[in-house]
Amino acid sequence: MTKAFGGLTVIDGLDMEVAPGEVVSVIGPNGAGKTTLFNLVSGLYEPDSGEIELEGTSIVGMPPFRITKLGIARTFQTLRLFLNMTVLENVMASQYGRTHANVLQSIFRTPGSRREEREIARVAGEKLDFFGQRLAGYRRDQPAYSLSYANRRRLEIARAMATEPKLLLLDEPAAGMNPVETHEITELISELRERGGYTILVIEHDMHVVEGISDRVIALDHGVKIAEGSFDAVATDARVVEAYLGLKAS
Amino acid sequence: MTQQAPPRIGVDSWVAEADERREGGRIRQMFERVPPSARFGAFLFAAALVPLLSSNEYVIRVGVDTLIFSLLALGLNVVVGFSGLLDLGYIAFYGFGAYMYALIASDKFGIHWPAEAALPVILLAAAVVGLLLGLPSRRLLGDYLAIVTLFFGLAFVTFVTNGNRLTLLGHSRAVDLTSGPNGISDLDPLDFFGQKVVSIQAYFYVSLVTLAIVVIGLHFTVESRTGRAWKALREDPLAAETMSIPVNRLKLLAFAFGASIAGATGAITAAVDGAVFPDSYDTPLLITVYAMVILGGAGSLSGVILGALTINISLEVLRDANQARWLFYSVILISLIAKVRPWKKLAVILGGLVVFGFAFHALIAAVWPAGTRGQAAGGDVIGRSVQDWVIRPEHNATLIGNYAFVALIACVLVLTLLHGWWRALFLIPTLYLAAFVWENRLDFEPSTTRLIILGALLIVLMNARPQGLLGTSRVEIG
Repeated sequence: MTKAFGGLTVIDGLDMEVAPGEVVSVIGPNGAGKTTLFNLVSGLYEPDSGEIELEGTSIVGMPPFRITKLGIARTFQTLRLFLNMTVLENVMASQYGRTHANVLQSIFRTPGSRREEREIARVAGEKLDFFGQRLAGYRRDQPAYSLSYANRRRLEIARAMATEPKLLLLDEPAAGMNPVETHEITELISELRERGGYTILVIEHDMHVVEGISDRVIALDHGVKIAEGSFDAVATDARVVEAYLGLKAS
Repeated sequence: MTQQAPPRIGVDSWVAEADERREGGRIRQMFERVPPSARFGAFLFAAALVPLLSSNEYVIRVGVDTLIFSLLALGLNVVVGFSGLLDLGYIAFYGFGAYMYALIASDKFGIHWPAEAALPVILLAAAVVGLLLGLPSRRLLGDYLAIVTLFFGLAFVTFVTNGNRLTLLGHSRAVDLTSGPNGISDLDPLDFFGQKVVSIQAYFYVSLVTLAIVVIGLHFTVESRTGRAWKALREDPLAAETMSIPVNRLKLLAFAFGASIAGATGAITAAVDGAVFPDSYDTPLLITVYAMVILGGAGSLSGVILGALTINISLEVLRDANQARWLFYSVILISLIAKVRPWKKLAVILGGLVVFGFAFHALIAAVWPAGTRGQAAGGDVIGRSVQDWVIRPEHNATLIGNYAFVALIACVLVLTLLHGWWRALFLIPTLYLAAFVWENRLDFEPSTTRLIILGALLIVLMNARPQGLLGTSRVEIG
């Protein structure tokens, strides 16, 4: 697919695939078009040309909420939590698309709507349990703005997980984290694949994380795919090194 | 002296105990321990006693007005408070409900629907109109939405004012739909299954029951998936959209919901008044309802009811000089007590104010006797007891009062520039000057000046507590 903003072609003829159960990392210098890729896949932008398909269904032109209902969930590079809602409410809110109780049913507290509420709370608790003690106990009733940065990132991942996606898009999950937290995130992503069975597409700058989690790595630069393969192959590819570090002065 | 254990780094017990340390302390905790249903039940019970305790029809009418305003504020709360949509055309739905009742329950077209048929129909019709208003505004946010909805509000007023000569693009006979500027009178009283609601007490109970139904309905809605989706929409519409929440549909739903509450309230008001007039549904009313929502705390159900109560009762109290004086002095006292800390500073301010006043009064009495012989507006206890404290000139009180008013505004501006003890000390002559302006200028014509006073009260209250009386402080950028 191709996407341009005005005269600037941000993504140029990008062609990629993700198989179920894979963890694919997208790397590249800033401005390479990685977040634009995520925005295209999650439906916030429409490609100027090309196709995006989820399990054979084209999702081009669909509103984002429908794409999420079909099974693509994402986190944001700059966090976008519902700050004034509690932690639990954040994770419960994203389950809107999977539930069906309408306003009248909620007002009259029909058995169906009450059953759904219990289910929503249960699923939310389950997703938050993924993070162990970090988001446990009294924390769940605290407003999201009271969380530390690392916990906010975890909450965003939990919120995305609550939509029960087939494809999870994580945009720089380890940004701004210290080495211990980075290690935790690496382990978490592996767990997501093992225990959760999610297919994950990760944008990351930290090569330790990329090395630790990826089945496959795709490198972008200026909207074009410049390398693809295992981590070792891509990390030593000459074009990738040049993109990150520039040409060696001869 | 007991030794406190040293704080342990990284342990979150401090965060867990944060609730105990929040401002408001013990009273607020006691208040919050009572479950909301019990609190609301107590409120309903207290409200139900009002017509029984007072046989004064005026008082009961004020009560009905307060209930009507509460309903309007609750409806607006759904749109503005929960969903964060700035709807400036809200009063048009109120007017729509009122006019619709006027059309289907009066002699205008000879249609006399009973209330049990009229009210549900009006509820639905208002919801549809809300939906229609929402449709072109779907993709708008913030200021743009405000302008479009404001247009709708004004368009409604224009329509009903000129609705007595509707034509089909000028090519048919003029049709009189809304009786134009004169409004429609002689509306049927509400008629539930043959029982006509005639007395003002009966209307009080009808409004109270409606309020109870709306509050209970809203309470359940807020806790449901729709309520959470609305809150998410207010927080971050983009993130909500990517979290499977159909933002545009929910905006329409919020508009329809708020509109139906306003429409039903309009119908009840029309029945109580017995008539509808076009200029009742205009901007001043919109601003009043907004003030109630914001003062009470947008997003909080009990908050907006409290806001409606506070503003409506204040407006009524401010009609009479004696009552207004009570209100004035108690607001100043309460604001000082609530906001000035430490206690030492409060004591200095209050004590200094009293002493300063008496001293100044004695000085003026000695130097210029005519300055203290003026009459107080009304003659009750407080008015007489401050006789020796505040200065009331015998002649030219109005003129001096005008100058003093301007000086007061200047003093308030200076106050905002000072800090700490300087501010506390300067507060004393400023408050004294405020009392002077009050006694000599504002208290004499409270019905004219009451809007100014209400505005000043609102400014003071909102500065002291921007999130409103019962609102929670929101974090915009965490």
